[in-house]
Amino acid sequence: MMNHPVCSPWMDKGDHRQMATLADPSTQIRARKAGFVNEVAAVARRALRSTKRDTESVIPALIIPVFFFIVNVGALQDLAETLPDLDYKAFQLPVAIIFAVTGISRAVTLVLDIQSGYFDRLSLTPVNRLALLFGLMVADFVLVVALTLPVVALGFIVGVRFESGAVGIIVFILISGVWGLVYTGFPYAIAFKTGNPAAVNTSFLLFFPFAFLTTAFLPKDAMTGWLSAVATYNPVTYLLEALRSLLMVGWDPEALLKGLAAVLGVGVVSMTLALIALRGRTLRR
Amino acid sequence: MEEYAIYTEGLARDYDGVRAVDGIDLSVSEGEIYAFLGPNGAGKTTLVRMLTTLLMPTEGRATVAGHDIVSESREVRLLIGAALQDASLDNKQTGRELIKLQGRLYGLSGKQIDMRIKALEPLMDIGPAIDRLIGGYSGGMKRRLDLATALVHNPKVLFLDEPTTGLDPVGRARVWEEVKNINKDLGVTIFLTTHYLEEADSLAQRVGIINLGKLVAEGTPVELKRTIGTDIIVATIEGDSEIAARELRTVSQVEQVDIYDDILSIGVTNGVAAMSDVALALSRTGARVKELTLRTPTLDDVFLQATGARLDDESSGVLSLDGQGGP
Repeated sequence: MMNHPVCSPWMDKGDHRQMATLADPSTQIRARKAGFVNEVAAVARRALRSTKRDTESVIPALIIPVFFFIVNVGALQDLAETLPDLDYKAFQLPVAIIFAVTGISRAVTLVLDIQSGYFDRLSLTPVNRLALLFGLMVADFVLVVALTLPVVALGFIVGVRFESGAVGIIVFILISGVWGLVYTGFPYAIAFKTGNPAAVNTSFLLFFPFAFLTTAFLPKDAMTGWLSAVATYNPVTYLLEALRSLLMVGWDPEALLKGLAAVLGVGVVSMTLALIALRGRTLRR
Repeated sequence: MEEYAIYTEGLARDYDGVRAVDGIDLSVSEGEIYAFLGPNGAGKTTLVRMLTTLLMPTEGRATVAGHDIVSESREVRLLIGAALQDASLDNKQTGRELIKLQGRLYGLSGKQIDMRIKALEPLMDIGPAIDRLIGGYSGGMKRRLDLATALVHNPKVLFLDEPTTGLDPVGRARVWEEVKNINKDLGVTIFLTTHYLEEADSLAQRVGIINLGKLVAEGTPVELKRTIGTDIIVATIEGDSEIAARELRTVSQVEQVDIYDDILSIGVTNGVAAMSDVALALSRTGARVKELTLRTPTLDDVFLQATGARLDDESSGVLSLDGQGGP
């Protein structure tokens, strides 16, 4: 087999050490399966790089919770604190956190990859199809955890304190992050199913009943009528109560377990939908 | 069968009941450059998507690099590289990041990827731009990066789906050169699709002509052209084409006459010697000869003979000479 030297105009003339051949020793390198963890890590790294270069898509996720926190506290604090032992700022902080982390995903980027054909390029590699989804989710988890930090900091600035202490802060952030993660199943399901960025953006609409038909504004005891009934069956109610317990009560195992069960329940539904949609997209039909 | 880099048996694919690829039988040897020539919509891309495991066949079977494309798709993907239509890259990564990700997914170590980038730098020929975002690259730079990305893991079989579409003639010639080098230096089997006659003629050791999902002709470019005859005289006339064709068939050197409206394609054994006899035969029928040209057969003539339509090299569509239009 002949070695065929190929010179580039970018190489220094006369520097033969920089001249490469296509038939150099690196051609002995052969592909092999990378392993699931390596594949997930590679996809996640790319997603995080892309997030860093796409900060304008993250900024609204910070503005919206801060806006709601300020407006809700400003409008309702005096009224709400007529209820005994209610610190309304602490009561509202989990709502702000949920607004910050819900619906944050790389689903729109995924759709753009599908439309541009880059998803096909990735699918041409021996990568496990699940790694293409889980890699994005790992990046999402890192991002949502990062998004909780300024909101928690805002809480501290306005005087909110954690009854559960430093470990409680970590648990608070982790539960919020896991919620953000499980919710990504919905936009990813829509992305894989439709390949349409506009459809993916509508996934945030799903969050409105989740967010507002719940104890976002008032404790459940203060709610009446149909809204109270709906809030009882809304998983976000239990998520909020778990987060609030860490702020306002300390360690309340029952509230935490209920909150985790609610997150798990939503996760089972969202991840099932995402995996079905992924399978549909990669089934080669 | 195992000695073939690509082997297909009755491979077919339907989309919503419409047959896009219809019972393709192919065998491509290791180290061969095989070109699939056909107009847009002929089924070339569908065939490539099946062979690269992106699409399931509706019928038939195929092996690539010795592995079944359905039951051993992951093994196939380890051994192939592909540059699909419209260089599908991520504009928000740099060229280096893109190749690194690709290398990681093929199980290469960081050191191995660096070695491969070094080896592929001349092929990419993008210089310092390798560390800039792909979104700022020109079409030619993207094409070359796409090709390099497809080669990062040293594939045994390389699929190139219309690799020069959208490139200017200089860029096209450059890609041809690279493709030849990859084949010659590395022994990589190359399966390329194209609607450029010149591309198939210049690059491929064998050419398959696909039309309406069917393989209608196959062979080396020389073999295919030989099926047409030694030379072709093309006559554009005013008059009755049927009568003219009947008269031409009485000329001893004429082997074949095809009619496409007012154009007659006349296959002859020796064009120079037959030219005057052809002209005389046409004048005997009373037809007015508007144009009479002699040329050697091209793949376009092969395509014409096989499908009844011409490939339009520039627009990539099919020009039908019977006024029906192409598919």
